[in-house]
Amino acid sequence: MFAYLVRRLFLMLVTLFGISVVIFFLLRIVPGNIVDILFAAAGYVDPADKASLEKELGIDQPLIVQYWHWISGFLRGDFGYSYVSEKPALQEILPRIPITARLAGLALLFSASIGIPLGVISAVKQGSRLDYALRVVSLSGLSLPSFWLGLLILTASVAMFGQMPIFNPNPQTWLEAFATYAVPAAVVGFRSSALTMRITRSSMLEVLRQDYIRTARAKGASDAAVNYHHALKNAILPVITVIGIEAAFLIGGLIVTETVFNIPGVARFLVEAIRWRDYPIVQNLVMFIAVVVVFANFTVDMLYAVFDPRIRYTD
Amino acid sequence: MRSVRALAAMAALSLLSLSTVAAAGEAKQGGILRMYHRDSPGNASIHEGATYSINVPFMPVFNNLVIYKQDEPQNSMTNIVPELAESWAWVNDGKTLTFKLRQGVKWHDGKPFTSADVKCTFDMLMGKSQQKFRQNPRKSWYNEVNDITVNGDSEVSFNLKRPQPSLLALLASGYTPVYPCHVSPGDMRTHPIGTGPFKFVEFKANESIKLTRNTDYWRKGRPYLDGIEFTIITNRSTAILAFVAGKFDMTFPTEVSIPLLKDVKSQDPSAVCVVEPNNVATNIIVNSTAAPFDNADIRKAMALALDRKAFVDILFEGQADIGGTMEPAPAGLWAMPKDMLESIPGYGPDVKANREEARKLMQKAGYGPDKHLAVKVSTRNIPVYRDPAVILIDQLKSIYIDGELDVVETANWFPKVARKDYMLGLNLTGNAVDDPDQSFYENYSCGSERNYTNYCNKDIEKLFDVQSQETDIAKRKKLVWDIDKKLQEDVARPIIFHARTGTCWKPYVKGVTVMSNSSYNGYRYEDVWMDK
Repeated sequence: MFAYLVRRLFLMLVTLFGISVVIFFLLRIVPGNIVDILFAAAGYVDPADKASLEKELGIDQPLIVQYWHWISGFLRGDFGYSYVSEKPALQEILPRIPITARLAGLALLFSASIGIPLGVISAVKQGSRLDYALRVVSLSGLSLPSFWLGLLILTASVAMFGQMPIFNPNPQTWLEAFATYAVPAAVVGFRSSALTMRITRSSMLEVLRQDYIRTARAKGASDAAVNYHHALKNAILPVITVIGIEAAFLIGGLIVTETVFNIPGVARFLVEAIRWRDYPIVQNLVMFIAVVVVFANFTVDMLYAVFDPRIRYTD
Repeated sequence: MRSVRALAAMAALSLLSLSTVAAAGEAKQGGILRMYHRDSPGNASIHEGATYSINVPFMPVFNNLVIYKQDEPQNSMTNIVPELAESWAWVNDGKTLTFKLRQGVKWHDGKPFTSADVKCTFDMLMGKSQQKFRQNPRKSWYNEVNDITVNGDSEVSFNLKRPQPSLLALLASGYTPVYPCHVSPGDMRTHPIGTGPFKFVEFKANESIKLTRNTDYWRKGRPYLDGIEFTIITNRSTAILAFVAGKFDMTFPTEVSIPLLKDVKSQDPSAVCVVEPNNVATNIIVNSTAAPFDNADIRKAMALALDRKAFVDILFEGQADIGGTMEPAPAGLWAMPKDMLESIPGYGPDVKANREEARKLMQKAGYGPDKHLAVKVSTRNIPVYRDPAVILIDQLKSIYIDGELDVVETANWFPKVARKDYMLGLNLTGNAVDDPDQSFYENYSCGSERNYTNYCNKDIEKLFDVQSQETDIAKRKKLVWDIDKKLQEDVARPIIFHARTGTCWKPYVKGVTVMSNSSYNGYRYEDVWMDK
C-alpha cells in the first residue's frame, strides 16, 4: 500500500509538471498578449511604448526564461502580479476560491443527493410511469445548457416575483448565504444530477439481476435492505467514478453559471484572465485547478477500496 | 359667483401643483446610486484608456480645467464652463490660452491643488516629463501645444504653435482630467486620486467599483449622492433583468440597444429611458494598398452599393442616423446639410440606380455575373461589429462581390489592421469630442496612429489646418463640410451609419443628462440625486 501511494504521488507530480508545461506554452501559442490587448483597447499601436511595456512585464524574455521565472516562483510560493490589476496574483485568486468552492460543493451535493436516489427509484421501478417520467427529466437535464436554464430561471423570477437571485456579496444570515448559492448550484447540479441518475440506474439494473440479490430476497430481506444495503453498495462504484469526473468538469459549467448569475468566483475570473492574456493569473489558477483535480482523482481511487473490500492496492 | 369660485379653485389647484413641482424639484442629499458596469475596465486611469468603460466610473473622481456643462445634452463651445479653472482667456493672437485657477482646492489625500499639477499632467500627456504613462492614446491632441508655463500657483498657460480654438473643446472632454503631480501613473491606475465630487474607495476587477462622497469638495452642496457603486455584470441579459428587478437604479449609460429598450419598457413601464446618438460611427476600412481595392473603381462601386437605410432599419429599427464623418444634425454640430450629403455617390436615396452604376464600374474592372470578386470582410468578434458586417456582405452581393466574414479576436484586431492583413474591415470609430480637429487629425491625417487605412491626401491635410485655425464658426463649418464631402468621395473610410443607444434609470433618480454628441464627457454625477 505504501509503495503504491509513493508511486501515485510521483505520478501526480509528473502529471502536474506536464500540465504546467502545457498551460504555459498553450497560452503563448494563442495569438496576442496583454500588451496587444491593451493597445487594441486604446485603438492604436505605438511600437516604442509597446516594447517598453513588454519589457516591464518580462514578456520580451525567451520562453524558457519566462517558464523558469514562473515555475520557480510557483514552487517558492511567489505567484507574481496580475498584469491587469497590478495586484499580487494570490491576492486576486484567493478571495475567489471559497466562492467557487461553495458553489461547486453545493452543486455536487445537489447532483448526488438528487441523482442517486432518483436513479435507484428509476431502476427499482423499471418500466413504470415513474421510471419513464424520471428518464425524461434526466434527459432534459442533459439536454438543457446551463446558461439557458440559468437565464430562464432569472427571467421567470423577475417576471413572477419581481426579484432576482443574483449574487449577494454580503449576506447577513446563514439562510441568505445559502439562498445566494442555492439557485446557481441547482442549475449546475441539474445537469450533473441527470448524469448521476442515469449511471446509478444502469448500474443498479445490472446489480439487481445478480444471483446474490435473488438470494437476499429469498432469505426474506426487505426491499429497502436489498436495494440500498446489498444492491446500491455494489452499484455505487461507477457512480463515484462519474461524480469524480464531474467534479473536474464542473469548472466548465461554473464558468457559464458564474457569468449568468454574476458570481465573482474563480471560473469567471479565469475566463476574463484568458481574455486579457493575464498569464500570471491563468497559469497559477489552472495549476490550482489541476492540483484539485489530480487530488480528487486520487481520493476517488482511495474511495474504491472503502466501498469495495475486494479492491486492495498492493505493493 | 360660480365662475369666481371655479377660478379660485383653479388658482388653488395651480398653486398646489406648482408647490408640488417645487418640492419634487428640490434636490435631496444622500443615497448610493447603484449602477451596473458592462465590463471590467483594465485600470482606473482615464489618461491611459480609450474606452468609456473607464470614463463612466472614474470621471466622478476628477475635475478638468474646464468641462462641458453637465446638464446640457449637446456639447458645444458655448456650454463649456470653468471647473478647476475659474476663468480663461485667449491672448497672443489666439496662440496662448491662459487659465486662472481655483484657490483652496484639495486633492482627495489632502494635498493642495496648484498650477504645478496642471503642468505635470499635460507635460506627461505631451511626453515631455520624466514620468511616463504606460499608454498615451491622446498624445496627438496636444500636437499644436508648444509648452505649458505657470505663473505662480494659480495661473497656467498653454502656448501653442499656431491658433487652435478647438483646444478648449479637447480640454473640456471627460478624457482630460487633471492628475496630481505627487501620485505616480502606476498608482493612478490602481488607486486614483482626484479633486472631484467622489473619492475612490475600491476597484475589484470583474466585481465592483465603489466611490464615496468627497465631503471636502470645492463646490459647496455637491455632490448630492453619498456614493456610487458599480457592479460589473458582463452578461447583458442578466444586467437588464437586474435593473428591471430593482437591483440597480440605472443602466450603464448608452448601453441599452433599441430592442432591449423595448424589453425594459415592457417589464418596467416606470423606467425613464432616453435614446441618444453617441457619436460612434460604423464604417468600412479599405485596404487600398493591395488588390483588389487599390482599384479606385472597385472602391467607388463598393461605396455605391451601400444601402445605409437598410442597416439603420435592421439594426436600430430606424433609430440611427446617416451622415459623413461628423455626427449628423441636430445632435451633431458640424454635419453636412442633407442636400450636400445626398450629392455624395452612394448617399442618394435611389439605391437601385446607385447599384446599377456600381455594377457598371465592377464590369469595367473585369467582374460581372459570371465572374464574382471574392473578398474577406474582417471585423472584431463583438456583436456591434459582427452584425453590420453580415449585412455589408449581403449588400455587396448585389455588385458581384462575394464576401466572407472573417471574425478576429480583439487582441489580434489592431495588429492585423496595422499589418494591413485585410481587404475590407468593418470598424467602429468613437469620437470623444464633437469637433473636426479631433476627428480629422485622429482618423485621416497622414501618419496618425489611428488612421488605420493610411489614407493620406496632402491637399486635404492643408484644409485640416485651415479649418482648425478658423475662429469664425460659420466659415469653419463650410470648410468642414467640404472636407467631409471630399473624404466620403475619396472612399477614405466610408461611414455607414451613426448609432443611437439607450440609457434607463428609475423614476426616483434625478439630474441625469445623457449627452447627445459624445459618450465620453457626461459622467461627473455631482448633480445627480435620488428622490427617495
